[in-house]
Amino acid sequence: MPQLNAVPMSWYLILSAILFTLGVAGFLFRRNIITVFMSIELMLNAVNLSFVAFSHQLRQVDGQIFTFFVMVVAAAEAAVGLAIILTVFKNRQTLSIDEVSSLKN
Amino acid sequence: MQFNNLFSILPAAVLALFGCVLLLLRFDSSRPYLIFLAFAELLAAIGLWRQTDFLGFTGFRGAILIDPFGIAFNAICLVAGLICAVGAYRYMEREDEDHPEFYGLILLAQSGMYLMNSGTELITVFIGLEITAVSFYSLTGFLRSNPRSSEAALKYLLLGAFSSGLLLYGFSILYGLSGSTHYLNIASMLATRNSRDPLILMAILPIVLGLLFKIAAAPLHMWAPDAYEGAPTPVTAYLATASKAAGFALLLRLILGPLHDLRPAWEGLITFAAIASLTVGNLAAITQSSTKRLLAYSSIGHVGYILLGLVAGNKTGIEAMLLYLLVYTLMTTGAFLLLSALDREGVTDFRGLLYRHPGVALLMILLLLSLAGLPPTAGFVAKYMIFLSLVQARQYWVAVIAALYVAVSLYYYFRIIREMLHNPDDSPATLTISTGWRAAVGLTAILSLGLGLNPEPVLAWARSALR
Amino acid sequence: MDAALFYTFAAITLAGALATVTRRNPVHCALGLIFSLLGVAGLFLLQAAELLFAVQILLYVGGVMVLFLFVIMLIHLEQAARLRQYSRQWPVALAALFAVFLEIYVLAQSGLPGLPPSPQPRLNAGGNTERIADSLFYVYALPFEAASLLLLIAIVGAVWLARKKEQPQ
Repeated sequence: MPQLNAVPMSWYLILSAILFTLGVAGFLFRRNIITVFMSIELMLNAVNLSFVAFSHQLRQVDGQIFTFFVMVVAAAEAAVGLAIILTVFKNRQTLSIDEVSSLKN
Repeated sequence: MQFNNLFSILPAAVLALFGCVLLLLRFDSSRPYLIFLAFAELLAAIGLWRQTDFLGFTGFRGAILIDPFGIAFNAICLVAGLICAVGAYRYMEREDEDHPEFYGLILLAQSGMYLMNSGTELITVFIGLEITAVSFYSLTGFLRSNPRSSEAALKYLLLGAFSSGLLLYGFSILYGLSGSTHYLNIASMLATRNSRDPLILMAILPIVLGLLFKIAAAPLHMWAPDAYEGAPTPVTAYLATASKAAGFALLLRLILGPLHDLRPAWEGLITFAAIASLTVGNLAAITQSSTKRLLAYSSIGHVGYILLGLVAGNKTGIEAMLLYLLVYTLMTTGAFLLLSALDREGVTDFRGLLYRHPGVALLMILLLLSLAGLPPTAGFVAKYMIFLSLVQARQYWVAVIAALYVAVSLYYYFRIIREMLHNPDDSPATLTISTGWRAAVGLTAILSLGLGLNPEPVLAWARSALR
Repeated sequence: MDAALFYTFAAITLAGALATVTRRNPVHCALGLIFSLLGVAGLFLLQAAELLFAVQILLYVGGVMVLFLFVIMLIHLEQAARLRQYSRQWPVALAALFAVFLEIYVLAQSGLPGLPPSPQPRLNAGGNTERIADSLFYVYALPFEAASLLLLIAIVGAVWLARKKEQPQ
């Protein structure tokens, strides 16, 4: 049976919340598409952290398995996302979200 | 046991298998792909139909539940997938991107929707959601040499991944509170919780926000007009209907299942989203000069109406949502597909259509009347059911606001109709029509009228889906 | 001891994350993200998730981040660094920040009262990896299979999008 940490679980959750906020902030503020994408990875990592913390607290592995699937999804999204970024760059030669705006009225 | 497992995902397995095989095929014309796709959809439909004799069965240790609700939503997605694919090939030929990957991805996306519609376990529905989403990212950017298509895909992907992050954060708290990812266990663990518990709010708010994004409801609708406009038009038709229906299935299963007793925690947000969607969708549609964008905003407005069924919250309301989703699927796929036949997308490009192509123009008028919700079309029946449920739930104010927006929507739908009645232009938009397109759009228009004249079968269908 | 390790890894994670969202050069951002991911891997280890620790380093740092760096290299760097780096979405951002600080406050105050009593481990005690494998192939077989489909779709989509359009002969 794994020993509970000396560190209370709420610390992990607070860390996860801060990491999530940083990811959200990066997503909202950054204009470089690749950095925006990295901010999403930060958010997913915050989620993973809180899954593992709950999993540890509950002494079961379901949360860790959820984390696995989140990683798979992150990899899949990264592959397609980076391919789309390459296509956009090929078509338009820019990385700024502001300039990718032929869709706006 | 083994048989049960396989049977519970049979339609999804068929769709995934045929989708994968489709990726390997190479033919000179697109007709064989279509026949293949239609065959797969037919097999999946037979699988769904067989499932009606096995209601209440679960597969994969409770990850999948066979129930009328899931079957009804899968039927909607199936119809949408078939109609969009059949109506698409001439458009794809025109864009010079007519490849088996297109049809393969349509089938694969649908297998993900099956997991969303029938899944009763967080990981399963999440993977289903991502299968759907990743297929749609690729489909949206399918015209890879067209900058608008790839930019639409980029915008959709960034906001989609962001909303997945939100959804997952909510899932993680939900898992922490209940110690399980199965809906049944979550429901029993949450039964003792107070809906004012801050932790419950921390779980529910991100989940509902993430799902509101997937169904393109305001205030998380920003991606929809851009993605809908840039995507290949048949993909827009598919994205605006099937993907939305599956998102609704996931939302309803969670909200009416494990989260049902916590209604005060999500009621306000859903009501706000419904009213905001009505407002944003209908007001923004007025000023659009592109028909595709106009229809995109109007689809946001329709999401508002559908959410009103959840605001009412009674049995009539949920039935009305289902009915509305079916009718919405028919008329929206029809309208977008009809638009895909034109080589230009402005509202003014419809000018004189009634004189040059009276048949096509009549179909469009029928679909627009149904979208506006005028009798005797199916759109009227759907809106009537929503209003009925609101009145039954004594939500008079909400009903009045929604009724006002029906009047607003009349204006922009009639703008298109008025253009069609104008004298023909000097340089009219040209029409490319295929047999499949005729069948698909004709079917949606006839059903939009027929189900309005005789709504009894769909009403019975919606009732039976919620038994 | 645990607390000291927690603080170390947490500091690495947060510093990396800060670098990711503030640095101008995308390569610096990617390096920051790698540090952050490694910090999270360390936190996994602290919580007895050994397998995830390994997967995080191999898959995330080794796979996904290399992919990111490849794309950054394929795209002109100098141009990216000269762009306006921040947008002005203050209202949204303030609302989001407020929500999260409220959340942190709630967590700090309550320290999660009334979590369900820890159930007994469902499976025979074994190593972390064995327990995960048991659970993955027994309870979560369907999402596991579905995830393979997801990866296939991602491959097809990525190849389709990144390949040049075939020129008509």
